Amino acid sequence: MKAAQVIMDTGAHAAALAVKSARVDVIPGYPITPQTSIMEAVAAMVENGELDARFIPVEGEHSAMAAAVAAAAAGARVFTATSANGLLYMHEVLHMASGGRLPVVMCNVNRGVFAPWTLWADHQDSFAQRDTGWIQYHCSSNQEVFNTILQAFRVAEQINIPVMVNFDGFAISHCLMPLTLPPQEDIDRFLPPHSPEWRLDPEYPSSFSNVTNASEYAPFRQMLSDDILASIPLVKQAAQEYKDITGMWDGDTIDTYRLEDAEVVAFAVNSMAAELRLSIDILREQGIKAGLLRPRLYLPFPAEDIIGALPQNAQVMVLDRNYNFGHPGGILASELKNALFGRRSDITVKNRVMGIGGIDLTRRFMAAEIRAMMDD
Amino acid sequence: MKSVTKPYRPISWPMKGAGGDTGSWRAHRPVIDNQICTKCQICWVYCPEAVIDRNEITIDYRYCKGCGVCAVECPTGAISMLKEEE
Amino acid sequence: MTTSIKQLPDIEQVLSGNGACGGCPATMALRIVGKALGTNAIMLLTPSCAVASMGMTPRLGYNWPCINICFATAGSSASGITHALEIMREKGRLQGELPTVFSWVGDGGTYDIGFQALSAAAERNDNIIHFCYNNEAYSNTGVQRSGATPRGAFTTTTPAGKRQTKKNMALLMLEHNIPYVATATVAYPGDLYDKVLKARNIPGMKYIEILAPCYLGWQFDMPETVRMSRMAVRSGAWLLWEGENGKISFNHPSSLIISGKKEAAPVDEYLIKQGRFNRLLKGPDAESRIAAIQGDINREIAFMRERAKITV
Repeated sequence: MKAAQVIMDTGAHAAALAVKSARVDVIPGYPITPQTSIMEAVAAMVENGELDARFIPVEGEHSAMAAAVAAAAAGARVFTATSANGLLYMHEVLHMASGGRLPVVMCNVNRGVFAPWTLWADHQDSFAQRDTGWIQYHCSSNQEVFNTILQAFRVAEQINIPVMVNFDGFAISHCLMPLTLPPQEDIDRFLPPHSPEWRLDPEYPSSFSNVTNASEYAPFRQMLSDDILASIPLVKQAAQEYKDITGMWDGDTIDTYRLEDAEVVAFAVNSMAAELRLSIDILREQGIKAGLLRPRLYLPFPAEDIIGALPQNAQVMVLDRNYNFGHPGGILASELKNALFGRRSDITVKNRVMGIGGIDLTRRFMAAEIRAMMDD
Repeated sequence: MKSVTKPYRPISWPMKGAGGDTGSWRAHRPVIDNQICTKCQICWVYCPEAVIDRNEITIDYRYCKGCGVCAVECPTGAISMLKEEE
Repeated sequence: MTTSIKQLPDIEQVLSGNGACGGCPATMALRIVGKALGTNAIMLLTPSCAVASMGMTPRLGYNWPCINICFATAGSSASGITHALEIMREKGRLQGELPTVFSWVGDGGTYDIGFQALSAAAERNDNIIHFCYNNEAYSNTGVQRSGATPRGAFTTTTPAGKRQTKKNMALLMLEHNIPYVATATVAYPGDLYDKVLKARNIPGMKYIEILAPCYLGWQFDMPETVRMSRMAVRSGAWLLWEGENGKISFNHPSSLIISGKKEAAPVDEYLIKQGRFNRLLKGPDAESRIAAIQGDINREIAFMRERAKITV
């Protein structure tokens, strides 16, 4: 058996390497900061023959997603990537991918949305796509980006629902971290070739998404809703089998740190959640029994796993890098309260918004915030 | 590959009468006078509904919508549009 | 020689009993397209009359694999499919002759909302045929103006008649330096058939625009669809031409008008048959308004005649 290779690489390039390892067929792409590095890397890999795929340099993100879903309907394994306004521009076509049950995988490199312009990370862009019917992972390290893209293809193709793999612009996309690349035969064992049970095929002509009466439309939507929830065991299975094959583990639907005996639980996603591990250590040194619960899945929201993991009587400090306009605080806190309501009356949920537009979230700052929130 | 799919995907299959028995839409019925018809196939080529048999020059009234293009285009005046019975 | 009616193949890809209006010029044209493309093709549709009439789930009135796509995306979606097919064949997952990938799109999805993606697909020279069936308005939503609506025409969003001229979309496509562009209309099925057959055998981006007189939108009598198409050509309001690698040639009978062998019929005969120009033809300034439309047509004829002289 070949050994894994360890390199230093950026999150964006790790994503491109995962695309190559997944033996993707078609990659429509359009540049947007901070995602651009993924497309540059993929275009170079296709050009030099490292990646046997078609790169389609489309003229915008709406077209990128359109080309992606159409290629998926033709039977190809498809990847694209975007950020912020690019993701918002795709919005209509995201619905087509999920409603049409086309297993596209996309990276969204999180960035705050216009207006005013910002280039840096927050999570308004991906959370704004909550109701598009995509499964959404949020990743906290370069390695997790690599691992999750492979898991995403597996889950997407098992249940025919598109998957978005989110990670922070710059903090992940442009920062070098050690990256373990499992041998290709291990990845091939984990992710079998794509063989969809339906595609556009002149030998067996059928039509995709004609106008549909309510009596048929409603069941399609119900099945989509049911199947998004039914993806949770597949997400867990993918994480477990990936671990069995490669030895790597980033959590399944959730990831935890020093949670078992925690009285104060930090709750956040993406790179800030990686930094939060250090904040937890600081708080522990200060005598506070702190722990971390990081949802790896944002959608479907892993309510059961969160309910099961939270220690009795915990105070949950939700650190939101986004706004839930029309409500005080952020979106994650809303989702968490929704999950806990009527299930865990012992839990207290507190919430602060921070890190908007890429404001740096250091371990000391977040530890101090959590301490302050204890008095909120 | 047989394009079967599970019912969760919105797929449709080719069939005649996808819009129903569209002959019921007809207000006027094209009737061909075989004495005059030269079987030039002009009616066949312009029929939007593909309801005219190009060899026999007969009309499938189950689906003919009665648009009357065939009657206007017929160079010999072999097609008359007769009002459908109430 | 243009293919004669009797030489056209039997194959029917438009199935009887679909949901289109009686006398629909788009289905009329699609039947001929089907005879040229055969069964080995994949069809893309953006929201349009064709989508409204192709049958509701789970029924389909065409005999191709079809995909309904978002309105603005005919160019990019078709690119996605053609690249997917090509790479899957390269990797050995598909065998045999690849299907023709074609979009069947109205003038709204071509001239207006779909223009950006279509232009990009043309610039990439992706291997697709884009058909624009042009009924000069958003007919499916109840006849609103589009970039293809001619000056003077009433639509529900131009209640006083459109004040602007239409674009020359086919020429814009030609100027993307794509290998094949053609115009056609339903009155000349052999001409349309030959153009589709030619396009099918050319690799790269092909654009074929078909004038489709819509009796509801244009407000003429339903049986007159083909006549109206013929009158459009005879008046020079619609020119039949094809551009191969940028070189334009005109087809009968437009070639006679371009060469001056035949005078174009005066436009008022064409206009007077159409209720959409009613408002224009009444009132004190009717003459000057008709003259403006005649001027638009004359300008296009003169322009295309000169453009065709560029053969490098």
